[in-house]
Amino acid sequence: MNFSELANLFSYPFIMRAIIVGVLVSLCASLLGVILVLNRYSLIGHGLSDVGFASLSLAMAVGVSPLLMATPIVIITSFIIMYVSQSKKINGDVAIGIFSTGALAVGIIITALTKGFNTDVYSYMFGSILSMNITDVALSVVLSVVILSVFIIFYNRLFVVTADESFAKASGINVKFYQFLISFLTAITVVLGMRMMGTLLISSLIIFPAVTAKKIVRSFKGLMILSAVISVICFVIGILISFVLNIPTGAGIVAVNIVSMIIVSMVGQVREAIGIKV
Amino acid sequence: MNLIEIKNLDVLYKTGYRGISALKNVNANIKSGEYVCIIGNNGTGKSSLIKSILGLVSVSSGNIKLKCNKNEISYIPQFNTIPLDFPATVHELVLSGTQKSNMGLPFYTKEDKASTEKAVRETGLKGLEKRRFCELSGGQQQRVLLARALCKKPRILILDEPCSGLDEKTTADFYELLLHLNTQHGTTIIMISHDLINVEKYATRIIKLDKAILFDGSVSEWIKKRNDGEPI
Ligand SMILES: Nc1ncnc2c1ncn2[C@@H]1O[C@H](COP(=O)(O)OP(=O)(O)O)[C@@H](O)[C@H]1O
Ligand SMILES: [Mg+2]
Repeated sequence: MNFSELANLFSYPFIMRAIIVGVLVSLCASLLGVILVLNRYSLIGHGLSDVGFASLSLAMAVGVSPLLMATPIVIITSFIIMYVSQSKKINGDVAIGIFSTGALAVGIIITALTKGFNTDVYSYMFGSILSMNITDVALSVVLSVVILSVFIIFYNRLFVVTADESFAKASGINVKFYQFLISFLTAITVVLGMRMMGTLLISSLIIFPAVTAKKIVRSFKGLMILSAVISVICFVIGILISFVLNIPTGAGIVAVNIVSMIIVSMVGQVREAIGIKV
Repeated sequence: MNLIEIKNLDVLYKTGYRGISALKNVNANIKSGEYVCIIGNNGTGKSSLIKSILGLVSVSSGNIKLKCNKNEISYIPQFNTIPLDFPATVHELVLSGTQKSNMGLPFYTKEDKASTEKAVRETGLKGLEKRRFCELSGGQQQRVLLARALCKKPRILILDEPCSGLDEKTTADFYELLLHLNTQHGTTIIMISHDLINVEKYATRIIKLDKAILFDGSVSEWIKKRNDGEPI
């Protein structure tokens, strides 16, 4: 494939749709990911995507729109996970583990009893570039506007709540509100992103960019900006590679993220070795 | 004027198999402008008392009335509660101390930045603002927490063993700074400390705890009791 063929790709509407949705979802996921990774909640995305898988199976079985079925179920589950882990009776990781495996089992049972593991199931487990329609584009534009506004308006609050929960509480800041806000936004991001990335892989968009960026930044602001940049770049490269090699989209993007993490680690080490401070 | 009224306070921690009583029937009023030191051995409920004032642990029975806004209280915890791998600069952390729960949109004002600058200078952190918090020494981190607490210009400053980990010079400066805040700005200070020499030198009131209050009175009463050899 040469350059003009690659450029040609962008003239296909389905690819443009996938790229628009993907860039916006990657951006949102990476910002949320910073907060979730720093608060040791990064697996919530994974738990929610398994719940998403169950909702998609159910939606297919009863024949309703996948988005319509998955959105409320995933949002409600995100609140339950938040609530259960805040009550301190069960740890967050345990709550996520219970919900994700439970939901996966339910999804598999529904699938097995109805249509069996056909190509549709394959595509929503591993991601497909073909799955984005115009509704998804509109929804992801709305979602990213909401998330970006939340991050701009509440940036300082999110900083203090993430950096030091008990200090925030002692200052009278409603920490719970922000925790629920983040899990609500994560739920919507997961729902929007999971058909393209695949329910098995969507959580990578949340985890990788923040972890990669964290290796080389000093400040919280730097972390936010760099995660967003890394996330979007990895997405674009990943989706092109996956199209060219004809592999599932999600897997291609995760592979690019892994490579970028390794490169950034090496850059960090080299920089340390020669003593440059950035 | 009373700023904090504590009545018949009990604090009970529920652990898996049994409850641990940390405070039993504690009564005290903290007045505006006081410099109170809370002393007592480890595990006698000192941290629990101030955490219940701050609403960080739940009160099992009795009650605590705050006669001021929660925004007017600053707190320095005994243990750093910022995760040690958290990527944040000294400046970001100190500035975050100016946040108040009742402000409309949470943006920093010029004033916030000025008071951050002042707190950084007062705590001797000048020149370290751009450094990453987690690469500082323990004592420097402690000063960051102090600066973060000061930049709000609090009416009440609550400190939990703030001097553990500070060197001699920083400790002396620190006590001078607290005295200055207390006498010049009328800041009410509540401090947990094991440093009895400085407690007797600077505080106006001493509370000794062992689950319940063993002693509560002025420093001169405390010294008199001590000189009389009375067990407290
Ligand atoms: N989070 C907690 N869960 C259970 N028990 C606790 C907790 N925090 C403190 N305690 C218990 O409460 C008692 C008082 O603790 P604390 O207030 O920290 O004492 P101090 O600050 O005076 O050293 C101790 O017996 C301690 O074991
Ligand atoms: Mg203590």
